[in-house]
Amino acid sequence: MDSVKDTLTTPIFRNNPIALQILGICSALAVTSSLQVTLVMCVALTFVTAFSNLGVSLIRKHIPGSIRIIVQMVIIASLVIVVDQFLKAYAYTISKQLSVFVGLIITNCIVMGRAEAFAMKNPPLPSFIDGIGNGLGYSVVLIAVAIVRELFGAGKLFGVEILPLVTEGGWYVPNGLLLLPPSAFFLIGLFIWTLRTLQKEQVEKPDFTLAKHQPAREGV
Amino acid sequence: MSSNDSIGKTLTVAVLLCIVCSVIVSGAAVMLKPARESNEALDRKRNILAAAGLLDESRDVEEQFEQIVTRVVDLRTGRFTDAVDAQDYDQRQAAKDPAASTSLSPEEDIAKIARRAHYALVYLSQNAAGDIEKIILPVHGYGLWGQLYGFIALKGDANTVAGIGFYEHKETPGLGGEVDNPRWKSLWPGKQVYREGDLAINVIKGSVDPSAANADYQVDGLAGATLTTRGVDHLVRYWLGENGFAPFLANLKSGEA
Repeated sequence: MDSVKDTLTTPIFRNNPIALQILGICSALAVTSSLQVTLVMCVALTFVTAFSNLGVSLIRKHIPGSIRIIVQMVIIASLVIVVDQFLKAYAYTISKQLSVFVGLIITNCIVMGRAEAFAMKNPPLPSFIDGIGNGLGYSVVLIAVAIVRELFGAGKLFGVEILPLVTEGGWYVPNGLLLLPPSAFFLIGLFIWTLRTLQKEQVEKPDFTLAKHQPAREGV
Repeated sequence: MSSNDSIGKTLTVAVLLCIVCSVIVSGAAVMLKPARESNEALDRKRNILAAAGLLDESRDVEEQFEQIVTRVVDLRTGRFTDAVDAQDYDQRQAAKDPAASTSLSPEEDIAKIARRAHYALVYLSQNAAGDIEKIILPVHGYGLWGQLYGFIALKGDANTVAGIGFYEHKETPGLGGEVDNPRWKSLWPGKQVYREGDLAINVIKGSVDPSAANADYQVDGLAGATLTTRGVDHLVRYWLGENGFAPFLANLKSGEA
């Protein structure tokens, strides 16, 4: 059972899809301005990753190499449409806020990446767990970013006021930058920095080193 | 597994996969369609009630909406019509259809909506005696990033604003997105639309000076969102103007609608 636990927990910190593999950044920038929306996005992505991994893994021995990416895309896209329909039916206001981003799970690099890198080579159960693990790894980063953005950008968490805003008669002047997508870049950058300081083995080796400076010798 | 790459196998896998996936997708779409549609209708009703300031979150939206009468107005004549069924009418679709809409000249089209549908749905809230208490009008127009869709509610005199609300827009959160801010929306109720029959309401840049003669006709702009402010100003002036609902409101007032 140790391998199952490893498959599940490794992607959360040791091999985080966002922090180490730098995948799925696009949606991390777009949906993290409010915590509630972020949570729904995380659940949706975890669901899609898990079940697309399961689906791809079940038929992995029959997928022709020439069309394997298309096969993966068809499975992922179908799941995403199903998720989108569910959200529209049962969480309408949130699905309105997520708008195009649910559809864009189709192009989320994490889902494709895990289908291609893991599910094509592993049996269904580990693939399914790997999907959940990577979904959770994505969720950890997104939730951390969303907490900072919503708390300091809008003074709220889950839409409930925590820091009373100046515009509502309180004392907190919100940082408007945090509500704009670039702020998520800075926060993810800080998250990666923290993670790599704590776990030194995640630091990538430099591709090349600069030669040492040598003082020019005078012409002979 | 080299046989996987034969043409026959490739086609079989592709066809089978497509069939399975399309069954799953269409199954989900068909099964969830009723829930989805009722959500959309409910959301529209909630927004109509909210714009008029009638929404009570603790009560059922459907039940609250029963006090609202939905009517169709022909914008060309400014009178009620039964030419289309209010239940199925989709003004956005109609605005795209050349047979059901009018193209606007650049001078008329201050709200940048390009085409205006012939018919619009209006929502009336009546008191027990049958007098109209609130008139809720659908409005839309271009802001900074895209069209803002919302409702503006007038009191029974067809001149005093009762509320405004946007249910769909793409404005920048924290700046133009402040059109959703309850504090800003609370500036609208009580403002006057027409002065001696002429359209007078506008959204100004900055804050309204309460002692100014025009204070009743002016609404504060949004700080840091000049273009959204201008968009809201234009769309309100368009829809309450001669090419929008002004003829209908005049008819309604004189009892000829």
